[in-house]
Amino acid sequence: MPATQRLRDGAWRVVELLTTPVVPADYLDVIAPLRNPTVLRARIEAVRPETAKAVTLELRPGRGWQSHEPGQYVRLGVDVDGVRLWRAYSVSSRAGRPDGRFTVTVNAVEGGAVSSYLLTQARKGMIVHLDLPTGDFVLPAQRPAKTLFVTAGSGITPVMGMLRSALHELSDVVVVHSARTADDVVFGAELRALAADGRIRLIERHTRADGRLKPAKLADLVPDLFERETWACGPGELLDDLQQHWADAGAAERLHVERFRPTVLVAGDGGTVTFAKSGLVVEAPAGTSILDAGEAAGQLMKSGCRMGICFKCVLPMREGIVRDMRDGTITTATEVDGDNVLIQTCVSAAAGPCRLDA
Amino acid sequence: MTTLQRKEVNPIAHLSAEDIEQIGRELDAIRDETLAVRGEKDAKYIRRMIKIQRRLELGSRAVLLFSIFPPAWILGTAGLSIAKILENMEIGHNILHGQYDFMRDPKIHSTTWEWDFASPAEQWKHAHNELHHKYTNVVGRDNDLGYGIMRVDEQQRWAPAHLGQPLYNFINACLFEYGIAAYDLELGRNLATKKRRNNPEFRARLRQVGRKIRSQVLKDYVAHPVLSVPVGLAFGNPFGALFGTMAANAVANVVRNLWSHSVIMCGHFPKGVETFERTSITGETRGEWYLRQMLGSANISGSKLMHIMTGNLSHQIEHHLFPDLPASRYAEIAPKVRALFEKYDLKYVTGPLVVQVASAWAKVFRLALPNRKPARDIDHSVPPRQPAQVAA
Repeated sequence: MPATQRLRDGAWRVVELLTTPVVPADYLDVIAPLRNPTVLRARIEAVRPETAKAVTLELRPGRGWQSHEPGQYVRLGVDVDGVRLWRAYSVSSRAGRPDGRFTVTVNAVEGGAVSSYLLTQARKGMIVHLDLPTGDFVLPAQRPAKTLFVTAGSGITPVMGMLRSALHELSDVVVVHSARTADDVVFGAELRALAADGRIRLIERHTRADGRLKPAKLADLVPDLFERETWACGPGELLDDLQQHWADAGAAERLHVERFRPTVLVAGDGGTVTFAKSGLVVEAPAGTSILDAGEAAGQLMKSGCRMGICFKCVLPMREGIVRDMRDGTITTATEVDGDNVLIQTCVSAAAGPCRLDA
Repeated sequence: MTTLQRKEVNPIAHLSAEDIEQIGRELDAIRDETLAVRGEKDAKYIRRMIKIQRRLELGSRAVLLFSIFPPAWILGTAGLSIAKILENMEIGHNILHGQYDFMRDPKIHSTTWEWDFASPAEQWKHAHNELHHKYTNVVGRDNDLGYGIMRVDEQQRWAPAHLGQPLYNFINACLFEYGIAAYDLELGRNLATKKRRNNPEFRARLRQVGRKIRSQVLKDYVAHPVLSVPVGLAFGNPFGALFGTMAANAVANVVRNLWSHSVIMCGHFPKGVETFERTSITGETRGEWYLRQMLGSANISGSKLMHIMTGNLSHQIEHHLFPDLPASRYAEIAPKVRALFEKYDLKYVTGPLVVQVASAWAKVFRLALPNRKPARDIDHSVPPRQPAQVAA
């Protein structure tokens, strides 16, 4: 009905006028942070330790959330010491829970700011920021006759989401999972119970005692390996080995992998700066600001005080590492986390390869 | 720093070039110490301040629905005045300085924030962050010195029009937000010639200000007053409600304007604050920039509440040294900065609000008249120091 629509739009414009220069949702945020339709947030409703180094967070998403497909991941924005950091976590709960909640399971990463924060500081009632679930590490609508999951460490989380959602639709399921010790197996009790019920065949490998799993060994454990539609998630080396092995067997299309974060960025001196929109690539040495390096190469850039006080020159960094030339502070951004960190180009020098959205 | 050297007592005659660079290094160290602890506490502080401000504003506006009743009018107007002051000073000014950009919260970020003020954030940031904070107190470069309409330094040339400056200053204080909008537009300069008037960039900025003022005025003087009409109708006095709320908004805006004008006048105009010549900043080093900020600013002493209501611009010296550090940190930085002033025998200008406001106003009155004696010639007993070369 266009008349009611017009009336509603008009009424909304009045509300917007009442709250100008901010938007009505900004006032709503003060009272009900989950009701804001433009900023997706979630409240932590429960915190459950899984192992000494893993914790499951039960999240109640706010307005605007769309349910995930099993195997997908979601980006979480967590304020760690006042700074919002984004990380991707696989959804570990089954899809379509009637209460609308979902869980992610966070595994401690060595030197990982967000994972160690959530492991020790996550509490019921905390608000985190969210993105919609995404990723193509999912089961096809036409369920395969035979399935194999190869996982290691925290790689079990998306697979757990799949098992919890769709195990009743799968008939022949093998799970090969590696962890350091039996106690380090995330969801160990649940997996073992499923195996005891005969619903999955579980092959646990404890790397501290048995050593790393070699793909060549896999055929001994799972003889009909290449007849199975396979999903694998774990450290990069394992996935590289598996992809090579499947490719050698001419079965590459039957293997689906989910990769975790690449190696941690290490600060060096200078680096290649790529301006993504203009396509310009500049070698920026240490001690030269990205602004100076960019301008010298002909990139059109905004600038103001050129001494780090006016914030006019900020540009979003999608990926890379920079050093503040005034105090040596290091700032990083990684593609997998979907980062978009605004850096002050007039006082930032490249400390490694950087890609700027400009 | 030739203007300083021309003064009767050159305040930096006793400092060597090396001393000045050492001051710079010590201030950098203070900055590093604060950066090391900056984090959750600061994020919580600004979020809490925003929450308090928004609740106070909503509450006051709700009370003003009953503006036909004098107690409600008084309470609502007082609350709204405080809310507007907090919004401009402790929240808006500081967020627009990028003090909270470190949080990476797109809602509380210098690039996205808009404030309850006639001048659009974007234009204010250019005039304030880029020009005033870089060229602080440089005669001819820093338009904050007298806002282009007043003479606040002996070095500024006197003209008969300056006789009226106490009056201009008072009018500017009442309409401060519009004064700042005009100032950010460089209205005087841009309206002067036809070419400047028709410059498309200027016209675009003019339209941007027009839109901002329009929505601000509609909000304060139309939308909210109309909201209080139903209560007025219920008590048989709709016009009382309409005009009562309108008046409440006008009073709150003027209170906010007078307050922020007073605080800002205390920042650079009181007695003891130094000004600098245009030529003195060519090839300026980081140490010299710091020194100019130290000598060109003045603080206001007072209670914690006073500091919050001034947006911590009561720590104007610390703010000018570290404009990008969270303002709520200035109070803990101040003793270290003051110790540095004492160590290098420099004058840390500070005083209670009333004294500083009076001192600034005294200057406005005194300099409405021409100088009593001509500006002093260079004192040759002090050899002028060559500005240190910036390392290539």
